[in-house]
Amino acid sequence: MRLNTNLITRWMFCYCGWIIGLANVYAFVMPVHVEAQIAVRGKVIYTMAGEPIRDGVILIRDGKIASVAPASEVTIPDDFQVIEGTIVTPGLIDAHATVGLTGIYNQSHDQDHRESSAPIQAELRALDAINVREQLIEYLRGLGVTTVHTGHSPGELISGQTLVMKTVGNTIEEATLVESAAVVATLGPSANRSGGSPGTRGKQMAMLRQELIKAQEYLAKQEKRSSNGNDGSAENADNPSANPITRDLRLEALARVLKRELPLLVTANRAQDISSALRLANEFNFMLWLDGAAESYLLIDEIRDAKVPVFLHPSMIRTAGEYENLSFETGAKLADAGIPVLMQSGFEGYVPKVRVVLFEAAILAANGMTFEQALATITRDAARILGLADRIGTLRVGLDADIAVFDGDPFEYTTKCHSVIINGRVVSIEPR
Amino acid sequence: MFVRINNCWNDFTLLVGLILLFTGTSFANERLGKPRVMVDASITAWVGGKIIPIDGDEIEDGVLLVQNGRVLAVGQRSSLQIPEGATVIDATGKVIMPGLVCTHSHVGGIGGADSSGAIQPDVRIYDSINVRDSGFRRAVAGGLTTLNIMPGSGHLMSGQTIYVKLRSGKTIDDLMIKAEDGWIMGGLKMANGTNSIRENSAGFPGTRGKSAALVRQFFIKAREYQEKVERAAGDPEKSPPRDIGLDAMIEVFQGRRIVHHHTHRHDDIITVLRLAAEYNFRVVLHHVSDGWMVAEQIAAAGAPCSIILIDAPGGKLEAVNLKFETGGILERAGVTVGFHTDDYITDSRLFFRSAALGVRGGMSRKAALESLTINGAIMLDLQERIGTLSVGKDADFIILDGDPLSVYTKVLQTWVEGEKVFDREDPTDRLYAVGGYGAGQDQQPYFCCYHELMMQQYGLKQLSNQILQK
Repeated sequence: MRLNTNLITRWMFCYCGWIIGLANVYAFVMPVHVEAQIAVRGKVIYTMAGEPIRDGVILIRDGKIASVAPASEVTIPDDFQVIEGTIVTPGLIDAHATVGLTGIYNQSHDQDHRESSAPIQAELRALDAINVREQLIEYLRGLGVTTVHTGHSPGELISGQTLVMKTVGNTIEEATLVESAAVVATLGPSANRSGGSPGTRGKQMAMLRQELIKAQEYLAKQEKRSSNGNDGSAENADNPSANPITRDLRLEALARVLKRELPLLVTANRAQDISSALRLANEFNFMLWLDGAAESYLLIDEIRDAKVPVFLHPSMIRTAGEYENLSFETGAKLADAGIPVLMQSGFEGYVPKVRVVLFEAAILAANGMTFEQALATITRDAARILGLADRIGTLRVGLDADIAVFDGDPFEYTTKCHSVIINGRVVSIEPR
Repeated sequence: MFVRINNCWNDFTLLVGLILLFTGTSFANERLGKPRVMVDASITAWVGGKIIPIDGDEIEDGVLLVQNGRVLAVGQRSSLQIPEGATVIDATGKVIMPGLVCTHSHVGGIGGADSSGAIQPDVRIYDSINVRDSGFRRAVAGGLTTLNIMPGSGHLMSGQTIYVKLRSGKTIDDLMIKAEDGWIMGGLKMANGTNSIRENSAGFPGTRGKSAALVRQFFIKAREYQEKVERAAGDPEKSPPRDIGLDAMIEVFQGRRIVHHHTHRHDDIITVLRLAAEYNFRVVLHHVSDGWMVAEQIAAAGAPCSIILIDAPGGKLEAVNLKFETGGILERAGVTVGFHTDDYITDSRLFFRSAALGVRGGMSRKAALESLTINGAIMLDLQERIGTLSVGKDADFIILDGDPLSVYTKVLQTWVEGEKVFDREDPTDRLYAVGGYGAGQDQQPYFCCYHELMMQQYGLKQLSNQILQK
């Protein structure tokens, strides 16, 4: 299965890399309507919105999906570039990463995922820290990953915020879909600070509760101000400059969590830490995204009843420390209980510096999940939980044309991803 | 050494001859007239599976005969009669191939050289292995049967490695592999590049140039020691004071102890080859991330490469150019290529994945499967004993439920020298294979007597699978 581009296009891609490189840069600032129109034909198209389509065609116009249908029902216009593949899927979504804040060299100059000056720093924005040209983002793109939810890493009680971006863009503003997607927290030994505080599980919860209560009070003042005036008094309702509340970026971010505008993504792997996360969410009524969750198979009823999605640890994360009891079958067990499961690349302090959700989901497919269940963890379900179901994650008319094309079962190690399309533009044609 | 049946008359008669030799019992099949059937209850016959013997074509509907921990015969069912009295196991739908050889593993909760210096050939990993480490259980769950357990990194010489079979054993002595003269087989771990550089640390190099200078000086010292020992010819009066580190170096110079050399960057690889040529030691290059840049030079030096494939490049400066394509490029250059897990860097349960990613990167299927088996054996000087399903070799083999390169395939059983050491149907084994609560714990001690004691004292009907090791 090979790319069936017309001669000119093939020449451009293969022999004129520097020109296309310039064109790429140019394309970022050009209006979308100048993009070439593309048709993707696949022996099987997994739309993830209904049954797979055998011998299907996707027509792309102006960066969006214009139609998805069996080839017999479609006439591909003459001026369309045609890309053919065996299996076609939505562009893959990495549900939780640190890529871009963590770089390939793993040296201090390319590691911005964790600020260690204080245990709680919800005000740190991924937007201000990410390197959109990071080589590892390009690497993921070549393997079909078109969207990543990335940001500050686990390892501090509250380490900062995340964003959701496409894996292509000249600036982070261009790439970003959601500027602030979640606030990231960690429970368990990895959030302890050597020689400092927190140093125990009990202290971690005490500090988190106290900070969230401060945020509640801050929020209450803010709400009073908006109804009365900056100092909260009725007589100053029309005078915003009188006794203004000192703005606190940290508490503002946490207030958004309390208002359920932002979820709190809590990394918790041991069963007792997962219980703590559920307890905290119950007390403060925030949206909980349970992350890591290595021992979540012990608490399936509790997680299901709390209606919490699980951002499952990478299947192949090392089985040490908090992960020593991880199971390849956790994803299947959670999914069978009706709990939404998303797959992530997570954070790695060493090699591999980034993981590939395609490979991680493959292990789920081989260990109890069906093919489509596993694919959903990195497409449809990831988009839904991230609040982006109307943009990405399925192949439906009107959605962004983010597409990955494979020469076989995408989960097989020996299958290659040979074409990747983002926003209707071919961003990779090197089989990988 | 090489005998395998594939509807080939010459091979077939040779095999019959061999079986006669092995059993002293007459044996034939209908093609030779009226069969007089061998009777031997010590034989196990695996029948009907697809056999990947590695040393020849894959055999559909095959038969593997095992006796006394060795491979007795391998062939097609149509041309190989099953001896009467043999225990017959139906392997229809299964795949049988040699146990996997990992040339670079860190399982066993090991500790090699410490921070006292950059060159420590005196340290034996043999003295630090916990055979109950859960890593061993995960290794057999992945189909591994032979490991080269290496001291960790961060030195120019991190110590002596040990080659082990994953037999069920209570001590490391049950696992180690001995040469015919009783020598405990193992190599010497070396490293260069940024791995062994520790700036401002006494006894350690701060640059690559210094690294090579320290190694060169040490090799000269070891040569002088060797000459003194040889001149003394056993005379205690003339012998130099014994130095156990330099004793190990003599084994290196004798070609008996192979140097297993961590090296990533292209220039570091060339430095290893230069030192190996200067001091005439046998070397296997390990990791070799930039090997694709200097494949011709590696091939010309005749150095085998034990490589690792990880999911993405980077994570450290030496590995930013790591590619899935390395295996294929080295293969085409004529280099003997093996894979290793570097467990805990990659999980032993997923060792097949390395070979499959190698194929993704352009390796042939044949070379990829050799890289998990015979090529690893060659790197450990064990090619006469393991690595293929050849007649007379150790019966180290695995049973799979599908193609070895597929993500969906599971290792069902692992056998070492005719003994089953892993069975996915056993609940404890399955726990280590899949993971779950308790999977991170070391395997429990053997309850040879304890179990009976508990039964007597407390009337316990059974102990849980987690407590009771099979």
